[in-house]
Amino acid sequence: MIHNLLQLPRYRGLIQSLVARELKARYRGSVLGFFWSFINPLLLLLIYSFVFNTVLPGIRPVSVEPYALFMFCGILPWTWFSSSLMESSGVLIASGNLIKKVLFPAEVLPIVTVLANMVHFFLGLPILVGFLIYYSIPLQLNELIWFPFVILVQLILTLGLSLIVSALTVHFRDIKDILSNLLTFWFFATPIIYPMSMAPSAGKRYLDMNPFTHLAVSYQEILFYDGPFGHLKWLLTLGAAAIVLFLVGYFLFDRLRDSFAEEV
Amino acid sequence: MHAIDIDHATKTYRRYGRRRQFATLKSALLSGSLITDLKPAETFTALQDVSLRVEAGETVGVIGPNGSGKSTLLKLVAGITKPTSGTVNVKGRISALIELGAGFHPEISGRENIFINGIMLGLSKREVVQKFEEIVEFAELEDFIDAPVKTYSSGMYARLGFAVAIHVNPDVLLVDEILAVGDQGFTHKCLDKFAEFRRRGKTILLVTHSLSLVERFCDDAVWLDSGLIKAVGDPKRVVDAYLSHVENQEEEQLEADDIKTRKMTETSSEPLTTGEASMDDMSQVTEGRWGSREVEILDVTLVGDDGKSAHVFHSGDRISVCVHINAEKPVSDFVFGVGLFNADGVCCYGTNTDLEQLVSKEIVGEGTVDFTIDSLDLVAGTYKLDVAVHKRDGYPYDYHRLLYTFRVKSRTNDVGIYRPRHKWKFPSNVRFSGPLE
Repeated sequence: MIHNLLQLPRYRGLIQSLVARELKARYRGSVLGFFWSFINPLLLLLIYSFVFNTVLPGIRPVSVEPYALFMFCGILPWTWFSSSLMESSGVLIASGNLIKKVLFPAEVLPIVTVLANMVHFFLGLPILVGFLIYYSIPLQLNELIWFPFVILVQLILTLGLSLIVSALTVHFRDIKDILSNLLTFWFFATPIIYPMSMAPSAGKRYLDMNPFTHLAVSYQEILFYDGPFGHLKWLLTLGAAAIVLFLVGYFLFDRLRDSFAEEV
Repeated sequence: MHAIDIDHATKTYRRYGRRRQFATLKSALLSGSLITDLKPAETFTALQDVSLRVEAGETVGVIGPNGSGKSTLLKLVAGITKPTSGTVNVKGRISALIELGAGFHPEISGRENIFINGIMLGLSKREVVQKFEEIVEFAELEDFIDAPVKTYSSGMYARLGFAVAIHVNPDVLLVDEILAVGDQGFTHKCLDKFAEFRRRGKTILLVTHSLSLVERFCDDAVWLDSGLIKAVGDPKRVVDAYLSHVENQEEEQLEADDIKTRKMTETSSEPLTTGEASMDDMSQVTEGRWGSREVEILDVTLVGDDGKSAHVFHSGDRISVCVHINAEKPVSDFVFGVGLFNADGVCCYGTNTDLEQLVSKEIVGEGTVDFTIDSLDLVAGTYKLDVAVHKRDGYPYDYHRLLYTFRVKSRTNDVGIYRPRHKWKFPSNVRFSGPLE
């Protein structure tokens, strides 16, 4: 396993070109092309704003203003996270030809999926910046320097989970369906459309166990709330846990690797 | 120095039973046998205790019928799958031409696919840039290189896949029956490329059904059958052994088929046993047997040069049609006839004793009529025989229509029906490099 893990940097060029291919192929043939990476999160935001401002104004948390910006801080990274996992669950099967007919490092495939979605996340960030300017939110530099770190933690966490999901789905195709439902539940079990402060103290315990809670809260603290970045301890803990998860995921993937060519 | 070293490799695959698959999730949970059920109870051995050493610089051809484990062997050498037991060691960079263009993405252009496929196969970006022109030229796709790959024809697709894979510059090249994809010109180009690899001392493992390719191109041949190595060594010898094995199998199969058709006609065509059936039936190509049986054909065997009954012959062989007959009462008006048809139902030859001016006198009792063809000058194919005894006016005693099948084998793929004995003669200024093609 360690040997294979150390090989990973050698696939840099391969991963790079596959991510580029993924992005190019995705919007090839569509009129708006890359603009979809902007438009998709924007539309999602419009829908949520419409629901909570017009349809169900009563349940909207009053303590957070502007609400659209608050939501966007969580939705954007969540989209990266959930699409990565969803796509990872099918990626080995979809590329069965590569695994069966070419000597190919299979772990590259889920990694490429996560990175391609990360690029979409980055492409959504300008909208976020636009919102920040529009609402003239004061940003503090000593908070902002943690922003790349949050992204890094999310990247490692997502990679670990993607490796596990992609490897297991080869053997248990049910995971794909389970996952899509699980992710819907997971979304609502994460303080994305409501602030952490609104959770009752009993529920807060469970929310703390959800790793994505700490990512969402970190994004919100940095970009939305004033004051010092108060979630650092949690974030560091999560970072350590994410590294462990990544290693576990890689180990699992490596153990199952030999079966892929037969089961895909 | 062994480039490929396969040591007692066995590969077993899990066999999927549809019923078992349904059983796994629900009833496995109910009966609590989830763990034991996940273990494959039924396995299929694709390769069994195979040991093979290939020296660096050798070209080895792997032959064998479908399902004999050829592709599995190649996948083991490529490292795509691991042996269930035993070891496989390969020295140097491997390029596996197992499926051409396996990594292509249909939506993006040929140009981009060359880059990504090249990198996938182990080239660096700079190497791809260097070889790009060469690859495109080799694939003959200069005009289409910027079109998305999904618009390519399957031949173009395969050519591009081949061009990229061959330019990876491997030490060990694995080729799985892929030369069939291109047109003649491209196939030659591929063979030239292989020859160039050989000259440069690279190792090639070639899986193919083209036995002539193995004979003229390989240093060694391996014959796999049902996962076992049947023979290794000199290509000519291995190919011959394989061919005679295939003939034996066909022989058995044809014999079984013959018995089946005869049984069928014996039960079904009884109503035809009237005097009505006549020469009109000649145009109708269906198997059958009819006649009054005053003279009965008891048995027909095809006999080769060695005096043994056979169903497979080589073009140019001697063949005898031995017709075992019996006439209960003396019969004085009779004609023996034989007709030879190819698989399309075209009559290749037909004759009878009347046409050959033999005047019948008498048959009594049993005996064997031999019809011998000294040289079976037919091209390769499957042929059927009519054998009949009838009156001079066509009234059938016993008419066996297309009941006997034999196969003609040939080393040349010449076409038509008849192969006249022939020779080529050339002036000194027309030269050939060898007895290839």
